[in-house]
Amino acid sequence: MTLFGVPTQALFGQLLIGLINGAFYALLSLGLSVIFGLLNIINFAHGALYMMGAFVAYFCLQWVGLGYWWSLLIAPIVVGLVGILLERTMLKQLYHLDHLYGLLLTFGVALIIQGAFRNAYGSSGLPYGIPPALSGGHNLGFMFLPNYRAWVVVFSLVVCLGTWYVIERTRLGAYLRAATENPALVQAFGINVPRMITLTYGFGVGLAALAGVLAAPIYQVNPLMGADLIIVVFAVVVIGGLGSIMGSIVTGFALGVVEGFTKVFYPEASNTVIFVIMALVLFVRPAGLFGRAT
Amino acid sequence: MRTTAATGTPPAVIAAPVTAEIPVHQIAAFVVMLGLLIVAPFFLYPIFLMKALCFALFACAFGLLIGYVGLLSFGHAAFLGSAGYVSAHAAKVWGLPPELAILAGTAAGAVLGLAVGALAIRSRGIYFANITLALAQMIYFFALQAKFTGGEDGIQSVPQGRLLGVLDLRQPYTLYFVVLAIFLLGFLIVYRAIHSPFGQVLKAIRENESRAISLGYRAEHYKLIAFVLSATLSGLAGATKALVFQLASLTDVHWTMSGEVVLMTLLGGLGTVFGPVVGAFIMIGLENYLATLGAWVTVVQGAIFVVCVLVFRRGVVGELGRLIRKPL
Repeated sequence: MTLFGVPTQALFGQLLIGLINGAFYALLSLGLSVIFGLLNIINFAHGALYMMGAFVAYFCLQWVGLGYWWSLLIAPIVVGLVGILLERTMLKQLYHLDHLYGLLLTFGVALIIQGAFRNAYGSSGLPYGIPPALSGGHNLGFMFLPNYRAWVVVFSLVVCLGTWYVIERTRLGAYLRAATENPALVQAFGINVPRMITLTYGFGVGLAALAGVLAAPIYQVNPLMGADLIIVVFAVVVIGGLGSIMGSIVTGFALGVVEGFTKVFYPEASNTVIFVIMALVLFVRPAGLFGRAT
Repeated sequence: MRTTAATGTPPAVIAAPVTAEIPVHQIAAFVVMLGLLIVAPFFLYPIFLMKALCFALFACAFGLLIGYVGLLSFGHAAFLGSAGYVSAHAAKVWGLPPELAILAGTAAGAVLGLAVGALAIRSRGIYFANITLALAQMIYFFALQAKFTGGEDGIQSVPQGRLLGVLDLRQPYTLYFVVLAIFLLGFLIVYRAIHSPFGQVLKAIRENESRAISLGYRAEHYKLIAFVLSATLSGLAGATKALVFQLASLTDVHWTMSGEVVLMTLLGGLGTVFGPVVGAFIMIGLENYLATLGAWVTVVQGAIFVVCVLVFRRGVVGELGRLIRKPL
């Protein structure tokens, strides 16, 4: 069976890979957007913290014997705490300066984390098994669907939409959005904005760590797994519009799928297609698809 | 970066007369730098010095943009690397003499700078950094896949040839002084640009873009010209580097290289003339010295980044300038 001259098996296979990549793009760009909204910095350490999440899962298994499901809970908390420490000790000192200093600082932090892990674990990947409950797959007739991959797509979609709901539809989210608009005024109403900023940063990097755990069984655990991924995610964020929550979720998944299909129809461009789209979008809408003009 | 804005530098900087005379302390600093660079090859390994000179030129080109226009480009490796590929290809495959190969590479940097600049210049701050980074990554993947770049191998054993048919560049000392001359040319172009009426307008845009526009300056044109100039000189550095090492490789187009030049400029001192040069020599020296440490180099670089951003924002030359109370 073929579609557009391509076997459907390959087409749906790439669609699935695209959705998986899209899930990671969405989780990571969502975290970046949440952080950017309140802190006004681009968190360059996001990729390194995503990698750290995968490593926490690996350590849990190797050192403590805690499996995948525990890691899904523990890794975001551990990495979130690292993020909170980072914000309290370093980022906090830069808020009165140009936002670019935040970018430079987190870039330095990313280099330190990645370098340290590379020293300890080399640059070849460490294997991390698929949890037994999700091994195997289903034959859907037109394609084979591995259970774990289906789980990753569904779970990250749920997390993304949950985050969107909390930010856009609850009281806590309203505080958050208000603080994004005017922190001084929100503080005057008696809300502890500095603590909110700290927790937001912790939450954002926690999302990255969660993505890292989800990625561990698919891509292995590798000190450099976040290094190049983060640049693609930056492009995704630019396309979606910085700071837009729904924008990052939709563009994340959509670009993953576009990238997957590019692999089928024009493989040479699969690495660059997202950047080309970014250039085109910037040409038409400099603030991104879902962003407001700055 | 607008660090001085808070101190209330008067925006009347546009009206300030551009003095034709170069301050004595800057001439003195230049003479010291020139003297050191002339005697250096007799004490230090020339290849190391040439590498440092290429990066010093690269950092000066980058510093023009961040220090005097306030634009942080995170994609400058694209210009360095592409120019390297073009000049290596020109020298090896087309058999062009070195001066034309370097010119071809520099032109490639300029054209690419115009394309990237035209897209990126409309955005500011973090957006600008992000967009330049992503566009540069696109060029990295292009270099990885294109035929003429040789993929992972790069372009190797590039012939150095004779400059203008006379100077044999295979002689290390000849090559060194040619590279020094190229560096000085680039350095003086940057110096001239900064201290010209054009440079004054750039500074005005950095301090207060809306006001500069309201005074009738077309900010986007000025920024684009500065960007293309910076990309061209980065291209000159990359093209020269390819001939010095007889190699054009993926390292020079990768985003880590873009990060490195940011670090050099930051460490030397943002918004200083000599800062990028000092920063480049420190970083290349450090890499040379720490080469045996492997991945720890990354950790050290990251730590320097963090320290510079948190407590050492003026950089080496910035601090020196503060000590003598004159801009260097």
